[in-house]
Amino acid sequence: MNINATLIGELIAFLVFVIACMKWVWPPIIGAIETRQQKIADGLAASDRAEQDLRLAQENAKKQLIEAKAQASALIDQAKKREAQIIDEAAVKAQAEREKILAQAKAEVEAERIRAKEELRKQVAALAVAGAERILQRSIDEAAHSDILEKLVAEL
Amino acid sequence: MASGAELTSKEYITHHLTNWSVGEGFWTWHVDTLGWSILMGLVFLFSFRAVAKKANAGVPTKWQCAVEMVVEFINDTVKGTFHGKSAVIAPLALTIFVWVFLMNLLDLVPVDFIPYAAQMIGAAMGYDPAHVYMKIVPTTDLNMTFALAIGVFILMIGYSIKIKGIGGFIKELTTQPFNTPWLYWFNFILEVVALLAKPLSLALRLFGNLYAGELIFILIALLGVWQLPLHFPWAMFHILVITLQAFIFMVLTVVYLSMAHEHH
Repeated sequence: MNINATLIGELIAFLVFVIACMKWVWPPIIGAIETRQQKIADGLAASDRAEQDLRLAQENAKKQLIEAKAQASALIDQAKKREAQIIDEAAVKAQAEREKILAQAKAEVEAERIRAKEELRKQVAALAVAGAERILQRSIDEAAHSDILEKLVAEL
Repeated sequence: MASGAELTSKEYITHHLTNWSVGEGFWTWHVDTLGWSILMGLVFLFSFRAVAKKANAGVPTKWQCAVEMVVEFINDTVKGTFHGKSAVIAPLALTIFVWVFLMNLLDLVPVDFIPYAAQMIGAAMGYDPAHVYMKIVPTTDLNMTFALAIGVFILMIGYSIKIKGIGGFIKELTTQPFNTPWLYWFNFILEVVALLAKPLSLALRLFGNLYAGELIFILIALLGVWQLPLHFPWAMFHILVITLQAFIFMVLTVVYLSMAHEHH
């Protein structure tokens, strides 16, 4: 139970073990631990970020959907308006066409009427001439003109 | 019990508490203390080195997990106490903790196993079995605990001088608690006592706890058949003592070294 040279031996052993631990044991292990801690921290941060990104993307998509819906309904409205407008325009055009055709028809009828009147006038003139001729025949000489009358009768 | 001739209780206890010594006077070597402590140190170094060689930041193996738990526990303890930067203190604390723990752990080997085996081997080699000694727990040897404490003490002095300079260290020893020149001699006596008390208490605390524990194991072993129900609870209780003493030695080392780093 007395202090002796063993103490010196143990002191040297202690020194050697501490130096060995300092050189070959501690740095690699603590390095690995710290690297892993860093990796885990990075991984967690990345997953947080990804979650946030996902949420943002979802919000964005929702917003875009709403926008698209609004656009679509605006387009439909516009189309309806345009349709009504086209129909109106067509109605106006048709009205104008109708009036034009009507006017033309009227003009044609008028022209026809004038032509017919002309014809009629010509025929009336011919009739008048014919009538006059007959009157002239009777009044001049029935006998003398009988051959003409007979010719006429034959013509009828 | 051990040798062929029946021993008295006193002889049995004395036999178990005697080191295997080689040499004379101061130059006596306790071969068992040296051998077992170096063996435990090598167990520590090689088992931890196996992890350190393959250490990577990927998925750890089970043994790597266990070693990393110890390393991280030491690292946290050191960081909680010591606020400087030092490449020495954390590995030093790890070495002290694991080495002392492993040496204390030898206390749980039943007291007769290895001494008896050593006596048989000694007898086979032609020695007198009554004079073959094998005390396997190195921390029940004052040489061992003082070697650790003196190692720490040298570091304390070294760091004090390195951080504060020789003048600063002497000033620290002389100018407090009474800051008047005619009381410096008194301060110096107080401070030197306080300084020497640190390694002394470190060494004696570890030695006392383990020596007492070992002695109780030996006394229990003397009880014949009654040792069976007694040995087990004492061994269970001793697991706590073993770990606690290793931890206390480690923590106090870190505390003393961080005190050496601080300016007053």
